[in-house]
This record gives sequence, C-alpha cells and structure tokens, in this order.
Amino acid sequence: MSRQGLILTGVGVLALIAYPWVFRSNYAINVGFLVLFAAYLGQTWNIAGGFAGQTSFGHVVFFGVGAYVSAILHTTYGVNPWLAWPFSALAGACVGWLIGVLSYRAGLKGSYFALITLAVAEVGRILANSVPITRGGLGILVRADQRAANFQFKDPVWFYYVALALCLLVMFIAWRLTRTRFGARLAAIRENEDAAQALGIDSFREKVKCLTLSGGLCGAGGTVYVQKYLYIDPSIAFGVDKSVEMLLVSLIGGAGTVLGPLIGSGVLHVMGELTRDLGNMLPGVSNAQPLSIIVYGAILIAIVAWLPDGLMGLFGRRSKEVRRA
Amino acid sequence: MLEVSGLSKAFGGLAAVDQVSLDVGSNEIVALIGPNGAGKTTLFSAIAGFIRPDKGSVRFLGRDVTGLPPHRICACGIARTFQITQPFARLSVLENVMVGAYHTTRVRREAAARAEDVARQVGLSRQLDMRADALTLAGRKRLELARALATRPKLLLLDEVMAGLNPIEVEEIVSMVRAIGKAGVAILLIEHVMQAVVSLAERVYVLNNGRVIADGPPAAIATDPHVIEAYLGHGAAARLKRGGAHA
Repeated sequence: MSRQGLILTGVGVLALIAYPWVFRSNYAINVGFLVLFAAYLGQTWNIAGGFAGQTSFGHVVFFGVGAYVSAILHTTYGVNPWLAWPFSALAGACVGWLIGVLSYRAGLKGSYFALITLAVAEVGRILANSVPITRGGLGILVRADQRAANFQFKDPVWFYYVALALCLLVMFIAWRLTRTRFGARLAAIRENEDAAQALGIDSFREKVKCLTLSGGLCGAGGTVYVQKYLYIDPSIAFGVDKSVEMLLVSLIGGAGTVLGPLIGSGVLHVMGELTRDLGNMLPGVSNAQPLSIIVYGAILIAIVAWLPDGLMGLFGRRSKEVRRA
Repeated sequence: MLEVSGLSKAFGGLAAVDQVSLDVGSNEIVALIGPNGAGKTTLFSAIAGFIRPDKGSVRFLGRDVTGLPPHRICACGIARTFQITQPFARLSVLENVMVGAYHTTRVRREAAARAEDVARQVGLSRQLDMRADALTLAGRKRLELARALATRPKLLLLDEVMAGLNPIEVEEIVSMVRAIGKAGVAILLIEHVMQAVVSLAERVYVLNNGRVIADGPPAAIATDPHVIEAYLGHGAAARLKRGGAHA
C-alpha cells in the first residue's frame, strides 16, 4: 500500500472509532451499527460475488445457519455465546463448502449458481420453520442477561465496535485478495474461467475455497445478530431481503472493490433514513412509507443505470488497484 | 516430447479429429495447417485437456496425460493460447500476465517481475497498466502469448497467433516465436499465414477432415498433391501441373 493510502486508511479507521464519541445519541450509534454490520455482511458476499464472480442470491443462508447454531448452542446447550461464536463461523464455512462442492461439481455457473443459492436459502427457511430444534416459526428467544461475559452489552456502543471489528477484518481479507495469488486466481476465474484453467488454475478448488471462506465469515455475523437482538426466527435468518441487501451494498459501492460494500452500505442507509422522513415534509400525505420506498427505489435504479461499476467506479481506479509490487 | 497417437474425437456423427498421430520433439517448432474446419483447434483442445478424446492417447515427456483436466496439463508443462483471444478483460495487462506467472511462484513480487520480463519479450512493456479489453487485436494476441509463456511451459500450443494481423505485425510475432523456440521451448502452432509457417516450422502436419493427410518439411508440403487438393479442390493438383498459371 502506498504511503498516501496508508495515511487515508489510518484516518478512516480513526474516524470510525471516534464516531460514537462525536455522535452520542443511541439513534446515531444504532445507525452506525447498521451501516457497519451491512457493510460487513456485504463484504462477505463481495468476496465470493465481487472478487470471484460467484454471484449468490442466497448468501443469507450462511448468516442464518450461523445465527441458529449460535442461538441453539447457547439456549439449549448452555454454551457461552463467545464460545459459540467460532462454531457459527465454522457452520457457515461448512455450508459454503457443501454448496460449492455440489454446485461446482455439477458445473453450475452464473445464473444457475445464483438460483441454487437462492433455493438453498429457501430450504433453510423451510427447515427452520419445521424442525423442533429451531422451535419452528416461534423462533428462539435468548434470555436477556446484559453482561459482557455473556456477549450482551448494556451500552450499544460495544455492539458498534464489534461490527466495526468484523467490518475491518473482512475488509482486510478483501484487501489481501488484491495482493495475493489466491486473489489473482479468483479474479482470473471471474473474468474468464477457461483461460484461467489453461494457465494452470484448478478453478473448482479455488471456487470452493472462496465460498467456504465467504460462508465462514458471513456465518460469524449470525452470533452478533442473535446477541444484539436476542431473537431469531426463520424469516430473519433466511429471508431473501438480507441476501438482497448484501448484494446491493456491494453493487452500489462497487463489486470487487475493497471499499465498495462500506460505501454502498453508508449511502444506502443514509438514503433510507433521509427518504423515510421525506414524506412527512409534504402536506396532505398521511402515509409516508410508500412514497419513501418509491424515492428510494428510483435512486437505486439511477445508481445502477449510470454507475454500473458502482460508486467506486467514479474514481476509475479499478485497473490501478493492483499495480506494481 | 509430445506424442499423440490415434487420437479421435467425434461430435455427434461428425469425426472432428480422426485417428490423428503426430509428435513434437524437444526444441522443435512444428506447424499444423489445414483448411477451415479441418479439426486443428479440436485437436489442440484435446491435447490441452479442454475436451476428452474418444480414443487414442496423448503422451508428454513419457507420461500419459490423456484426458487430464486443463490445469493438470498446464502443470505438466504444456501451455496453450486461444484462437479467439480470451483476455481477463477487466484486469490490466500486467495482472493478466501475472496470473500465468503465479503458476510457478506464490510470491507477488516474483510474479510481477516475471510478468514484466515476459511482457518485454513480447513487446507489451508500454501497455502494462492498460486494461486488457482496451488492447488492439495484435495486442491481445501478444497477451495470449505472454500469459502462456509466463507459466514457463516446455511446450507451447499456439492457435493462430498471427491471424488477422498485418504483415509487419506478423513479422514481429514470427521473430518472437523464433526467439522463444531458441530459448528451448518446443512449439506446436496452428497457422494459416504460410509465410510464417515456412519461415518458422521445421516440420508441418496437414490436417483435412480430421485426418493427417501429409507431413514433412514445409517445402515438400507445398507441392504435395494431396495438400493442394485439400485447399483448392478435387483435380486442382492435376490442373496446376498441366496449365500452371491457368489453374
């Protein structure tokens, strides 16, 4: 990384650390948490979808499995949530590995792969709705016991920092992908799989590795969610809206870029907060929500239409990001 | 070094490659020519592991490599280029070549250094930071060559690296290929540009309708009646003999 890049990164990280001390309201800290958490989940999607071109429509399945593993270990088996945390990552990784092996062995690519992931997430939702261990549609309630040793915090600022740590971790991993052989191989597979194979790349193996990594990182988010909201049910854990959000923050910010998901998530949430109040400013509008969603949707369409490379595309740095050693 | 024997591949009822046998010695440059649809590219794909042959075998350095997947073939030391260039479009030229260079090292610095070396060898030094999809056709052909070369192959399979280039560009690629051969890499090339075939190849195989119809040094091939008929149609050889210019 260049000297300039290093300084900018340092400033950015410090700003994110300082944010809760500048904006002290619970509202601001919660918005901050949501932005970082969505950026983190989006980045885990981006590692597979953006860097390796493995577009998934069901990435929520990793999050959901991680959340349930954590919640069940904690509530049913009394495992401390800190200890359950690595298991939710492990569970996400296993699901990623399994999806990868099955669909890549069958040669599924592009939209077929996307549909498989969508279907797997649906299967997750249906299973969670019907097997006793997840308590079906009732969901799992985690008993409130706000002690740090219990991975529950009185002060929401700590969850903000947990999300920040996760976000920085996955950004670091994404940055490493721009600098390592593994990352170069994933980019080659994304751009042209035949040519990649001709140059000695075992594309099956690299893709499975990538999806396992992405799934594991995403699964870890499940524990954080469960511990913050103390509740999980099938539609939260496996709902398609979370998959869409992960993909959206990456596409808006710039798929296959290190900063993309964070920028996309920031823009998306700030836009969401702003348009929510928009309707209330107009006279004679009794229900603001549909209007907000329309404006929100229009802005999204505009971004996708005019910025196919996402907001990062504005900087035109894609080809320069990985340059000289 | 490379021994192909009795290789066959049919698509439906069509025998694209039919009982082909050929060999390439170490340090040798061998050309594979033939009319369009003769099965040249199919033969390449079968050697490089992109399609599995129905019958026959491919041996490389004494080892049976028939039907191995492409990345394993590459690991054995065979690198191919694509007739229709397949660049990693949104990566830079340097990144493209580095993917090849990463085949023998996992260290980024080494891969970048090798990639720059190879790029210089094929005359792409000034386009290193350019996106691959911004290259001209000649540039893309060079990129194909550079990427394959960066894997440090013992045998290069070049699929029409000169098609569509102007005479000056052809001349440049010819001297590059010659230099690569001099450096100890065996080369099997598919080519339509006869000027290049004659000046590069020590031996030529002629493929028609999936079969080898002639092989030998380029000068002998050019006067072989089977070859002339394959290109110009039935009876052409006889007419050429009789009428010369009127044929």
